[in-house]
Amino acid sequence: MRILVVEDDKDVAGFVTRGLKEAGHVVEHADNGRDGLFMAVSEVFDAIILDRMLPGGIDGVKILETLRGQKNDTPVLILSALADVDERVKGLKAGGDDYLTKPFAFAELLARVEALGRRGKTEGPVTKLVVEDLELDLLSRQVKRAGQKVDLQPREFRLLEYLMRHAGQVVTRTMLLEGVWDYHFDPQTNVIDVHVSRLRQKVDKPFPVPLIHTVRNAGYMLRAEPV
Amino acid sequence: MIRSRLVRSAGLRFAVVYAALLAFSALSIAWFLWWSTAGLLNRQIEESIQADAENLSEFWRRGGVPGLILRIDERLTQNLDDDAIYLLVQGRDRVVAGNLERWPPNVDVAGPFFEIQIQRGAVRSLSRVQRFDLPGDFRLLIGREVAVRVQLRNLLTDALLWALVIVVGVAMVGGLIVRNLFQGSIANVSATAAAIAAGDLTKRVKLSGRGDELDQLSEVINEMLDRIGRLMDGVRQVSNAIAHDLRTPITRARTRLEDAALHAETPDDLRAAIERATFDLDGVVAIFQALLRISEIEAGSRRASFAAVDAAPLLRDVLELYDVVAEEREVTLVLDIPDRLPLFGDRALVQQATANLVDNALKFTPPGSTVRIEGRTRPNGIEVTVSDQGPGIPAEDRDRAVERFYRGESARNTPGSGLGLTLVGAVAQLHGGSLRLEDAKPGLRATLVLPSGDGMGN
Repeated sequence: MRILVVEDDKDVAGFVTRGLKEAGHVVEHADNGRDGLFMAVSEVFDAIILDRMLPGGIDGVKILETLRGQKNDTPVLILSALADVDERVKGLKAGGDDYLTKPFAFAELLARVEALGRRGKTEGPVTKLVVEDLELDLLSRQVKRAGQKVDLQPREFRLLEYLMRHAGQVVTRTMLLEGVWDYHFDPQTNVIDVHVSRLRQKVDKPFPVPLIHTVRNAGYMLRAEPV
Repeated sequence: MIRSRLVRSAGLRFAVVYAALLAFSALSIAWFLWWSTAGLLNRQIEESIQADAENLSEFWRRGGVPGLILRIDERLTQNLDDDAIYLLVQGRDRVVAGNLERWPPNVDVAGPFFEIQIQRGAVRSLSRVQRFDLPGDFRLLIGREVAVRVQLRNLLTDALLWALVIVVGVAMVGGLIVRNLFQGSIANVSATAAAIAAGDLTKRVKLSGRGDELDQLSEVINEMLDRIGRLMDGVRQVSNAIAHDLRTPITRARTRLEDAALHAETPDDLRAAIERATFDLDGVVAIFQALLRISEIEAGSRRASFAAVDAAPLLRDVLELYDVVAEEREVTLVLDIPDRLPLFGDRALVQQATANLVDNALKFTPPGSTVRIEGRTRPNGIEVTVSDQGPGIPAEDRDRAVERFYRGESARNTPGSGLGLTLVGAVAQLHGGSLRLEDAKPGLRATLVLPSGDGMGN
């Protein structure tokens, strides 16, 4: 993916840029609002990581509003030290697709940016998700593995659906909480781990090849090859 | 200096307004009196002129001009007050009868009443007259002096002047009384405010016990002061807590890093130490985020986004999220709620508060026991009760349990920041509700009381 990072803090920018490059992405960096806006409108990116508070008179929200005003739909992840719910809402209202507060774990940022870049690529409404021998039918709400029917609770179905939509990508626990349960806070107990292990019991246990993998220090990934 | 302070005194302003109002009402009454009395006199004069005119015309019809002259003379001799005016002229200016020397020049049409100055002998006086035209080129003038009205006006003017003096006097005295009342009633409030400003946060406005508007104001001020006190306590608590509770994980992380820098032999050792330090710091960040969220809730700004919320599906979601955890710990999680639990508030916060209560209960209840989530509608809101069968919180600690970083004896060995109940308490307060902690015998019963929409002050 081609990713633009607009971030004025040298350490954070260097860390993010290095990490993204290591993950195999092409990264451009702007360290102020004016350059960031210029690059965002004049070049094509798969995703933009945007700091909210920037020097140069143009802040993140302003860049975002300008982009959206020009009908530019590049997915934008807002990176900010402003953690208030109001600030978050403001950022998403301005056209942001995701919001991550500082400090953050790089794995979380990478997972979210890759999820953003992937989104919108699939054309038309999908009715069936397939990974290897695992099939999930969105219409009949049935799951089959190797031709065998797998019985899932509604919430387990949605968890599996989320994992399959992001197949081959790291999905963090917060992404699952937000995407599957619509919870925007961190429960103290590792509820997500318990839910995923439940799902594994049904989807992976009876079969020779596991599909749901734990990615250390990051989250989960659904794919055929081991991580 | 004194002058400008006087001008700025609200008490004086009230006094002046009081005096002005008093003077204005006195003057209005006097003016109305004058207007109605003078009007009455005018009407009486006009009626008497009319009656005279009818009487004279009767004589004129019966006896012609001589009869009229006779009657006018008779009238004049009978008029003891000497206030009647009669004048009969023929042609341009020939006086036939009456007590005027010549026709007054202004009275040029018949019909309307004229009010003119009339010279009679040496006396000049204000009179009200009416002209009548008779056949044979005769003109008749009938009138009355209005001296009585003039006297009345002088009388009233005198009275008004005196009244004005009295009004000014009364207004000044009354104004002073009003001012003193006013100053007396706010002295209490301003003394308290001054004490608070000087740093004594324990001072409160004394109530008179009359329950009047001033008492209501004092009560509101006292409530405000209580809230400020609580917030100040919160700030103090947070700083203490930061000093104590955040120092531990930060120290741990720092020690790990320094130890690794000094003693790590292999890159793997170093990496492991850094990872564990990062984990510790993540814990610190989580505590900070929880603290910020609690302060954000306590600040009350999220009240703007309140809406009608049904807590029933919300509680079902919480059950669904946690029942796998409960099963894992061999705990039975029971949900007992009606179909609808309507409340007015912030959906996400109520969700987080109930999740925190369930999380807590699952953490402390022993394997094999039951955690009950109950929802009830009450006349002015809803109650969500979460009860476990764990060690509970000793009665003497329950008030402190919602304080930041409170951790019960039994919680020493469980993970957690001691901020869970604080957040629930803050959410309850934001909604104008409460968090009740009771003994479930055994265990803890936490009841979150949330008002429904119409129960809210705003």
